[in-house]
Amino acid sequence: MKPFSYERATSPADAVTRAAAKPGARFIAGGTNLLDLMKLEISTPAHLVDVNGIGLDTIEKTADGGLRVGALVRNTDLASHAAVTKGYPLLSKAIVAGASGQLRNKATTAGNLMQRTRCPYFYDKNLPCNKRDPGTGCAAAGGYSRGHSVIGVSGNCVCAYPSDMTVALHALDATVEIMQLDRTTRTLPVRDFHLLPGDDLPVGEFALKPGELITAVVLPKPVGGKQLYHKVRDRASYAFALVSVAAIIQPDGTGHVAFGGVAPKPWRSDAADAALPRGAKAVTDTLFADATPTDQNQFKLTLATRTLGAVLIDAKAS
Amino acid sequence: MDIFREPKVSRRAVIVGGASSAAVTALVPASAQDAKPSTLAASVPEMLKVSFTVNGKVRELELDTRTTLLDALREHIQLTGTKKGCDQGQCGACTVIVDGRRINSCLTLAVMHEGDKITTIEGLGAVGDLHPMQAAFLKHDGYQCGYCTPGQICSAVGMLAELKAGVPSHVTADPAVGPKFSNAETRERMSGNICRCGAYSNIQEAIAEVAGVRS
Ligand SMILES: Cc1cc2nc3c(=O)[nH]c(=O)nc-3n(C[C@H](O)[C@H](O)[C@H](O)COP(=O)(O)OP(=O)(O)OC[C@H]3O[C@@H](n4cnc5c(N)ncnc54)[C@H](O)[C@@H]3O)c2cc1C
Ligand code: SF4
Repeated sequence: MKPFSYERATSPADAVTRAAAKPGARFIAGGTNLLDLMKLEISTPAHLVDVNGIGLDTIEKTADGGLRVGALVRNTDLASHAAVTKGYPLLSKAIVAGASGQLRNKATTAGNLMQRTRCPYFYDKNLPCNKRDPGTGCAAAGGYSRGHSVIGVSGNCVCAYPSDMTVALHALDATVEIMQLDRTTRTLPVRDFHLLPGDDLPVGEFALKPGELITAVVLPKPVGGKQLYHKVRDRASYAFALVSVAAIIQPDGTGHVAFGGVAPKPWRSDAADAALPRGAKAVTDTLFADATPTDQNQFKLTLATRTLGAVLIDAKAS
Repeated sequence: MDIFREPKVSRRAVIVGGASSAAVTALVPASAQDAKPSTLAASVPEMLKVSFTVNGKVRELELDTRTTLLDALREHIQLTGTKKGCDQGQCGACTVIVDGRRINSCLTLAVMHEGDKITTIEGLGAVGDLHPMQAAFLKHDGYQCGYCTPGQICSAVGMLAELKAGVPSHVTADPAVGPKFSNAETRERMSGNICRCGAYSNIQEAIAEVAGVRS
């Protein structure tokens, strides 16, 4: 790990001020992704601003019947909160499908949103990677691509986005609340928070400027319906998704669906949602019409249809 | 522009930036952007004081900020019961209990634990006064080489507390109803602890005994 200076912030505004004062500063929350990357010197912040003491660790009802989840709420607490298990069971299920008990005890709402790809080439500093070292190329293109994206990719990067929680947040149409450098707040639909790699370098990742602080994730009023998260992976627990499906299915067959493991961000569209009453194949035909799979990850398209098919059967049965 | 697109800055530039911290509106001052990275300056460690309680005893340390909680416990307090396996949060050998919760001590910095109460395998029980989970692991032979055992035991203790508190898991049928004690629940919840010898069935026997369920 490269040396770095460290300080604890005492409030959200204090955190933003402290980070702004030190070039190369980064916030640290649970640390479960950032420290991993710092040990490998993939992330090399010169300064860490610890945000664990700034509050933002509560879950509150909003005026319009939704829920405001503080950025520092731990994944375990979010998945266990009564308002979440009752109103947004999809979120609860997605969170506990990810990582391990120990990691979820540390991982925070904002840290989870901001976790970086698990592309093996991103982690291997001996190989080119545009995400890690812009302009060096992408070792995954023409490499081992079984776990990579089948859609939303560019010539610069084909990695998949790893978070389970975020797939649920996309299906639930959540909003991200951000404190800007001037300490005013802006909000962004979570669907716009995650960026596709695109054709420019460095590749797109998050719509967050350096030094901006995520303060909360806001959920709209509960929408009811059957809420299911189905994750397919290489082992039964403690592995990232090959394909995951977050679905909210209403009694009349309408609803929302988002896929994980298939793209550089959770993958969904209004047109695909509109196809839900016509079944799984209608949805994935719409959603993956522009897919560009490799021979190695072609299976994800079949798996996506079948996983959604299984979810729709479960939604009828449960 | 997104957060990972910032230019790499040198340690020297950080010191300069720190001194002129009045300019809070510009995240990266122009002077810092232009500064050439200095490898010499970049290798100077930062030392910081931290104080926390380990197994009931207050520990005051001055550490390189890079020191993980795991390394602080093993190398600075000589509590070597907590093990280093992967050092990446993947194996669970480093599991300790902080303020009542099990965590991976390898993926957290020691300086982030000011004032915290930490329990390691040495604090759970001692020879002649074993924690029920330690006794159950012995009785059921819940190990072979023993390297993952301290992490398994700390994790199991934390895990049962979570189960009791109603924290849902991936195998909980309805998170709103909450979990019931079952072998499926304890197996799923222990997936963050890898045992390369494959002593899983005996580990589950030990946990089941302490939890009071049949495995
Ligand atoms: C072995 C292993 C297995 C895993 N498996 C899964 C899995 O199956 N599914 C899954 O979804 N996840 C998985 N994870 C990832 C885990 O969920 C993330 O590491 C965790 O959610 C990150 O949260 P954190 O609070 O620890 O983030 P940190 O490591 O503290 O931070 C991550 C990033 O977010 C930034 N950040 C943090 N808080 C803020 C804020 N308030 N504002 C702005 N920026 C902020 C940091 O600067 C950093 O860039 C796994 C991790 C490990 C180590
Ligand atoms: S897919 Fe993206 S993260 Fe992986 S090597 Fe290519 S550029 Fe890097």
